[in-house]
Amino acid sequence: MKLITHNMLTSKILKNVVTGYPLKIHAVKAELKKADFQPDFIARMIKKIDYKTLYQAAETLGYAEGMPKTEILNEEDMNNEETLKKLHEVLLEIEVIEGDLECPETGRKFPINNGIPNMLVNEEEL
Amino acid sequence: MLSTPDYSHFTTKDYDKIYEPCEDTFLFLDALEKDIQFLNELKPEIVVEIGPGSGLVINFLAKHLKESKKILFMATDINKDACLATQKTSIKNNNDINILNCDLLSPLFDRLQNKIDVLLFNPPYVVTESDELGSKSLPAAWTGGKDGREVMDRVFPMLNNLLSEKGVFYLVALKQNKIEDIELALSNLGFKMEILMNRKAGIENLFILKFDRKINI
Repeated sequence: MKLITHNMLTSKILKNVVTGYPLKIHAVKAELKKADFQPDFIARMIKKIDYKTLYQAAETLGYAEGMPKTEILNEEDMNNEETLKKLHEVLLEIEVIEGDLECPETGRKFPINNGIPNMLVNEEEL
Repeated sequence: MLSTPDYSHFTTKDYDKIYEPCEDTFLFLDALEKDIQFLNELKPEIVVEIGPGSGLVINFLAKHLKESKKILFMATDINKDACLATQKTSIKNNNDINILNCDLLSPLFDRLQNKIDVLLFNPPYVVTESDELGSKSLPAAWTGGKDGREVMDRVFPMLNNLLSEKGVFYLVALKQNKIEDIELALSNLGFKMEILMNRKAGIENLFILKFDRKINI
């Protein structure tokens, strides 16, 4: 699971959960896999994600150093090549292979195995 | 002619757990090939497939869309083995697909609002008894319940929220799913239908349908 995916996941499907976002990450095994750097792609994606959540997630995994510490990125950040490279790394190169995601409201844990989050819920949980 | 992604890593044993690429899969690939110029001109940023199974369809687009390195590809499958199979196919074909094991798009619904540019769905369309629904393994690939519509009918009401302004939805369906009725249902939700392809394969009369917004949002 890459952090760009984590950025889009909620546990709102669970009964009584209001926002279910962001899910807390507990990583047992994480890897850094090199990917082609596409600055314009990163600049476009950054507009579609929640930056605060990305920052927190990167911090949890120990990769926040070098990221602008802010709630929302400004134009200057988005035109800075070094910043975009860092964002490329945290969005697309860090991958949680084993661990789990925790619902911030109920504590329900969703396992991550082989890099794939299992977000299935039982009928009683809906 | 655009090449089919490599899926030589699967053996007959894998097909005990995942849906083996079949006429419907290949017709879907043919239809996407026919529409490839349109898709390139659309310049999609987020491409999502529900129920990729072996992963052939989304890997086909990841392989052949011109700027695919600048596209976010996501796939969700209720069958854990299909998720692993899609992962294997993406590694084999050197593509980058983000995979989730979940029911339809449930954990993504809130955060992907009006962000999906291309949504692909080859649903379980076989007409079965309703009580056969609910599988989280191989039968989930085909059991469609009444008129083969029960699973796809759950996706239709979400389209307006999920698709971007220019978003398109590709759907595989059978004649028995009542194509005119699907057209009407989606028309009421604000989408117009185009029959991209139609082919009779054995007992199946298959359609590849394409939907986009009647008016901009």
